[in-house]
Amino acid sequence: MNENLFASFATPTMMGLPIVILIIMFPSILFPSPNRLINNRLISIQQWLVQLTSKQMMAIHNNKGQTWTLMLMSLILFIGSTNLLGLLPHSFTPTTQLSMNLGMAIPLWAGTVFMGFRHKTKAALAHFLPQGTPIFLIPMLVIIETISLFIQPVALAVRLTANITAGHLLMHLIGGTTLALMSISPSTALITFIILILLTILEFAVAMIQAYVFTLLVSLYLHDNT
Amino acid sequence: MASVVCVFSSSFSVPLKEKKLMEVKLGELPSWILMRDFTPKGIAGAFQRGYYRYYNKYINVKKGSVAGISMVLAAYVLFNYCRSYKELKHERRRKYH
Repeated sequence: MNENLFASFATPTMMGLPIVILIIMFPSILFPSPNRLINNRLISIQQWLVQLTSKQMMAIHNNKGQTWTLMLMSLILFIGSTNLLGLLPHSFTPTTQLSMNLGMAIPLWAGTVFMGFRHKTKAALAHFLPQGTPIFLIPMLVIIETISLFIQPVALAVRLTANITAGHLLMHLIGGTTLALMSISPSTALITFIILILLTILEFAVAMIQAYVFTLLVSLYLHDNT
Repeated sequence: MASVVCVFSSSFSVPLKEKKLMEVKLGELPSWILMRDFTPKGIAGAFQRGYYRYYNKYINVKKGSVAGISMVLAAYVLFNYCRSYKELKHERRRKYH
């Protein structure tokens, strides 16, 4: 069972072909693009959701920050749909791979930092020193602020990876427990089954919340730097 | 793929390449399959036709329902099951695996 526990996180290849690319591109099929003024029911629902999310998320930014709307909206749609699709049985979740999350987090964070240094150099550098610190603490505090700046992309990526991976692992384990307990004592199996149901509801929430948190933090870094 | 539908089938004969699948006789089936377009462009065209056939029937309708999306998700689950069958078959309840 130990080997099977982590087999679902292995990169999927079929006869040597990396079909992980197909699996990453699959959620894009589920979002048809609107091409009329009044669309059919499914596209209208999708449009309403995207407009709701974008208004809520981009309201805090100024004009310069709002040029990032497309990027942030596609980010939250991608992470949300990928996480939710990973809750289907036997499916592979690309966001459990640290490589992919780092590939998303580092360029976005670096984009916000470079934008801040380019347009508001003095203000961006001033972030390294909070107001009103005693003079003899300044060198140490600058070092600490630099470290906390550079840890931001790593924290973004690792947060997403760890949350989704831990959720999937827990579901595997508790499901295996329920199955093993069914022959020994059905009442205990029932309790573990209820725990499994509650965990699945939590996982649905976590899937969407993690997408939101990722995008929110990127937009926060953007807000600091525009 | 355009298919020539002839009303007077006794007097005119349709070339094998242009028949639809349901009109191909059983003996002609292997040669019909071999005559299909297997170039990358042909395969891409087949995928595109299949996608739009499904899309226009279930999604691009005035009142689409949950059935349209859930069929896609069920096919996705099936695809992933087939992909990981090799590891899954060791988890069956059998005495000898």
